[in-house]
Amino acid sequence: MSRTTYREALRAALAEALERDPRVILMGEDVAAYGGAYAVSKGLAERFGRDRVRDTPLSEGGFVGAGIGAALGGLRPIVEIMTVNFSLLALDQIINNAATARHMSGGQLGVPVVIRMATGAGRQLAAQHSHSLEGYYAHVPGLRVVAPATLEDARGMLATALRSPDPVIIFEHVGLYNLEGELADDAGAVDLDRAAVRRPGRDVTLITSGGSLGKVLTAAEQLAARDVEAEVIDLRTLRPLDDATVMASVRRTRRAVVIDEGWRTGGFAGEVVARIAEQAFYELDAPVARVCSAEVPIPYPQHLEQAALPQVEGVVRAAMQAVGRG
Amino acid sequence: MTTPSSQQRLRDMMLVRRFEERCAELYGAGKIRGFLHLYIGEEAVAAGLLPALGPADTVVATYREHGHALLRGVPARAVMAEMFGRVSGCSRGRGGSMHLFDAERRMYGGWAIVAGHLPVAVGLALADRTLGRPQVTACFFGDGAVAEGAFHEAMNLAALWQLPVLFVCENNLYAMGTALERYQAQPDLVLRARGYGVDAASVDGMDVEVVAAAARDAVERVRAGKPFLLECRTYRFRAHSMFDAELYRGSDEVARWKQRDPIALLAGRLRTRGQLDDAALAALEQDVAREVEDAVSFADASALEPIEELTRHVMAEVAP
Ligand SMILES: Cc1ncc(C[n+]2csc(CCOP(=O)(O)OP(=O)(O)O)c2C)c(N)n1
Ligand SMILES: [Mg+2]
Repeated sequence: MSRTTYREALRAALAEALERDPRVILMGEDVAAYGGAYAVSKGLAERFGRDRVRDTPLSEGGFVGAGIGAALGGLRPIVEIMTVNFSLLALDQIINNAATARHMSGGQLGVPVVIRMATGAGRQLAAQHSHSLEGYYAHVPGLRVVAPATLEDARGMLATALRSPDPVIIFEHVGLYNLEGELADDAGAVDLDRAAVRRPGRDVTLITSGGSLGKVLTAAEQLAARDVEAEVIDLRTLRPLDDATVMASVRRTRRAVVIDEGWRTGGFAGEVVARIAEQAFYELDAPVARVCSAEVPIPYPQHLEQAALPQVEGVVRAAMQAVGRG
Repeated sequence: MTTPSSQQRLRDMMLVRRFEERCAELYGAGKIRGFLHLYIGEEAVAAGLLPALGPADTVVATYREHGHALLRGVPARAVMAEMFGRVSGCSRGRGGSMHLFDAERRMYGGWAIVAGHLPVAVGLALADRTLGRPQVTACFFGDGAVAEGAFHEAMNLAALWQLPVLFVCENNLYAMGTALERYQAQPDLVLRARGYGVDAASVDGMDVEVVAAAARDAVERVRAGKPFLLECRTYRFRAHSMFDAELYRGSDEVARWKQRDPIALLAGRLRTRGQLDDAALAALEQDVAREVEDAVSFADASALEPIEELTRHVMAEVAP
């Protein structure tokens, strides 16, 4: 075991990928000379050269499209979009091109591109820099969407994503980059299929992913102090969803709360709730609840931003209500 | 609109400089949070440009816009309170450093998606043209924006429809940590505008008098009904934002540019002309320091918006 951070785990995964396969390239804004907006790729350009770790212009549609083309042409590109907010400029490429090429070519073409981006709020970056739009991507057939929430997943998801014959989107929550902990020295590839039970419990299932996992685990501890044993599920992969793990838990606890930093209306949490309603309705003892962001663009001041986002207290409250003690 | 004296321009630049130096300190003290992009080194662009506009003209800018807001006449108090996230801020504290708005003074932002505001500027000009108003829209953006599709689409639209937009490219040679020649196949940015039929000129953006003369000329052309792009060659002395380790440029390069500090440049020239002495400079310094400290005190004493109002200002509150 070694002490490491989420950022370092991501960097180790990138370095290993570049090391192992000459077809792998990393490109994006400020990944080389600047060292990455969140310092994830720091040192990689020096190590692998500017051809394989390539700075791009501010042209999200252009370089994401080029990543798709390079994947079609036989490379294994890792495209870094600085944040999900700017991925909107590349949404056309991702949804209209990457996600459709296999299908509309009748299975002849595949787009093995990996697109990484930072996501989420919490750093007082205001309305245009605080989006959580994972749900937009999880909506689209043809994409695989993952959200590493732990050091193991930060270290291991990339390698598996690069083996995927289809596009994979990796969401890295900005609040996680400094997450510190122990990681096995031989940590490596992990699956991109299964949700993980991060804490077992029998009274209520708390379902979440990415940047919200830490808050939900804290909530589970507070619940335990009040004799409520919450089971915490980290979805890990937002598309395709691992229904089996979710339903197995909900069938045992008979209660569920879904926690998602996206907005409530039309959001990703609603999809999880709908699946529970479809597949486990008769086993439920309480309405399934959601803890999501308030219906407001994220405001700059700290007190308003924090009030807009899912918080530990809100999760505890929803869970207590679900177990009939709210 | 009266042309400001050179002394006034000096004061304008000093105000912006002082204001931002205080912001950097207040960032360290945790009073200002989030992203903070300082304009230090680039003041001559805003100080040369903004006085060339009339009160009914519109200003649209980026996230590096403290100087534009201040020189547009947004009170330093309201700008500082915005940086503090207070309800007395020019955007009620909702926007912070990157989103300074003041509709009354036609300061239309404060936008932080690179190049996203260029088409918006085109639309503002379209409204003016359609409604028969003689206004111009001045749109500020960085060199990095020229790589975005939105820049190219905006150029074409403005030229195609002959709209009164003044595009002001603040070319500080870097988009974050990527140097212009590393991301532009054609680093001569005015050629980009001309390629779309938008007339363009490039000037020394460190010399406020040069910028001011070019601005007067450009605004006149735009008001006559044609878009124009003015490239101001400038340099940011500070990091891109408060998180930047500046691995991409040498301190010697920064030092070289600092020798062309726009404030020192103008002050030196005024001294040579006998229009400024030590006492006058000291008085100016005191004067702007007083204005900035007053803004800080005001911001610090201002209230936070109550949490109960969290979901306000999402949709209009008075139904149409
Ligand atoms: C579409 C988009 N992509 C990326 C970013 C992140 N970003 C913010 S500022 C910046 C550099 C912009 O450089 P430039 O346009 O030259 O303006 P400067 O900061 O130098 O004033 C980048 C990459 C963004 N805000 N918007
Ligand atoms: Mg620039």
